[in-house]
Amino acid sequence: MEFLSYIVSGISLGSIYALIALGYTMVYGIAKMLNFAHGDIIMVGAFTVFTISTTFGLPPIVGIIGSVIICTVLGVTIEKVAYKPLRQASSLAVLITAIGISYFLQNAALLIFGSGTKSFTSVVNIPMIKLFDGQLTISGETIATIVVSVIIMIALTLFINHTKPGKAMLAVSEDRDAAQLMGINVNTTISVTFAIGSALAAVAGTLLCSAYPALSPTTGAMPGIKAFTAAVFGGIGSVPGAMIGGILLGIIENLSKGYISTQFSDAIVFAVLIIVLLVKPTGLMGKKINEKV
Amino acid sequence: MAPLLQVENIEVYYGMIKALKGVSFEVNKGEIVALIGANGAGKTTILHTVSGLLKPKTGKILYNGKDITKTPAHKIVSMGMAHVPEGRRIFSELTVLENIKLGAYTRKDKDQIAESLEYVYERFPRLEERKNQVAGTLSGGEQQMLAMGRALMSNPDFILMDEPSMGLSPLLVSEIFDIIKVINERGTTVLLVEQNAKKALSIADRAYVLETGLISLSGDAKSLMNDNSVKKAYLSE
Repeated sequence: MEFLSYIVSGISLGSIYALIALGYTMVYGIAKMLNFAHGDIIMVGAFTVFTISTTFGLPPIVGIIGSVIICTVLGVTIEKVAYKPLRQASSLAVLITAIGISYFLQNAALLIFGSGTKSFTSVVNIPMIKLFDGQLTISGETIATIVVSVIIMIALTLFINHTKPGKAMLAVSEDRDAAQLMGINVNTTISVTFAIGSALAAVAGTLLCSAYPALSPTTGAMPGIKAFTAAVFGGIGSVPGAMIGGILLGIIENLSKGYISTQFSDAIVFAVLIIVLLVKPTGLMGKKINEKV
Repeated sequence: MAPLLQVENIEVYYGMIKALKGVSFEVNKGEIVALIGANGAGKTTILHTVSGLLKPKTGKILYNGKDITKTPAHKIVSMGMAHVPEGRRIFSELTVLENIKLGAYTRKDKDQIAESLEYVYERFPRLEERKNQVAGTLSGGEQQMLAMGRALMSNPDFILMDEPSMGLSPLLVSEIFDIIKVINERGTTVLLVEQNAKKALSIADRAYVLETGLISLSGDAKSLMNDNSVKKAYLSE
């Protein structure tokens, strides 16, 4: 029963990683860049909910909607201001810029909210459920996280495969020039991708802080790196890969915490990544990259 | 009548390297115009510049009398120009039908799109047979047909074709060139880039010979085919 409870909470944590990993993997697939500021969008999302719902006392749903809107605008703005001028630059320049944006967001939050850890009030209002005569309890946050994540992943998959902007995303990710020759506006497609990724980060931040209520300007850093790991684990650029990679990573992390060591769980997570990359360098669902000679 | 496409003295750079050193040519409505020349002469660069993927440093491109020198590639498509790029550049992870439908990305009228789809299937029956197949699994010839069919889905007045014969068997090359002729006879103007100069000149009305970023020779296709220097350099006679 202990095992089952680790698995369930692992799926829940992993769903949050998956939501964040989707942002990394879609941006990588379409804009061909690693947006290391993505983790900090999570933090901005959580602080927005905190400000709207705890400081101003408005209902949680207002906080969530506000957070999604602010993160979407922020993500698109960051892309336009910081990354778009570097479209032709080396990937190293873009990577350094992304790290710069990450520091900028963390320090801006430090300036506005201070360094102290805030106690985040959960936005979830579902009672916990007890199964197997109370041997297995599942918290409302866990249920909400899994349900919300599953809905989002299904919706996203449908969006990508069955709508025009979704098809444009697939086309741009495979061949940017050929996509332009179809009449697809690459800049718009990249903006849409950042918008979706950032909106997902806002949701992930809210869910994360509802389950683990400590909120500080560096809240997004560790989940950001883990989600990046999950994206690479699943095969960076692959949407199903990010989903599977995220959930597996959450389960591995929780099982290591439960059975091996709490302190070592992060090390184990990253060790798994190293092993996967050694055995299958493109990740679980990654595609073989054919370089044109 | 003003030409459909008028390219005036364009210079194009890849970083510090000057790929086109002042190229001018024109394509009239209804023509098939061939650009021939050796590898690296700048043929593909010209097509990329015309369709907006590359921007010239100097010079001007007029299409239908409109200056499109600075127009982004994705907007040029809806002006009636389609580009079948070198190496097909199909979306190999999508299905054949998804590829074809992306060709109609800029169009809204569902009935007209369906009409174009029917035309493409009529032209390339093999694409209909394989419409649900993942495009990457098609043979080279089928991929070329897909790239052409995809371009036709934008219902173009003007189509740029880059090395449609590349890597195909002689039989398929003839088939592809027959189709280019048919497309042209149906009213689409064609600008054709080919290394297979003999084939290209055999269907073209006029041609330009390109040598390291400059046009060295031009004229109607028949007279170029009998030109001694062309014969020697490009027709391997």
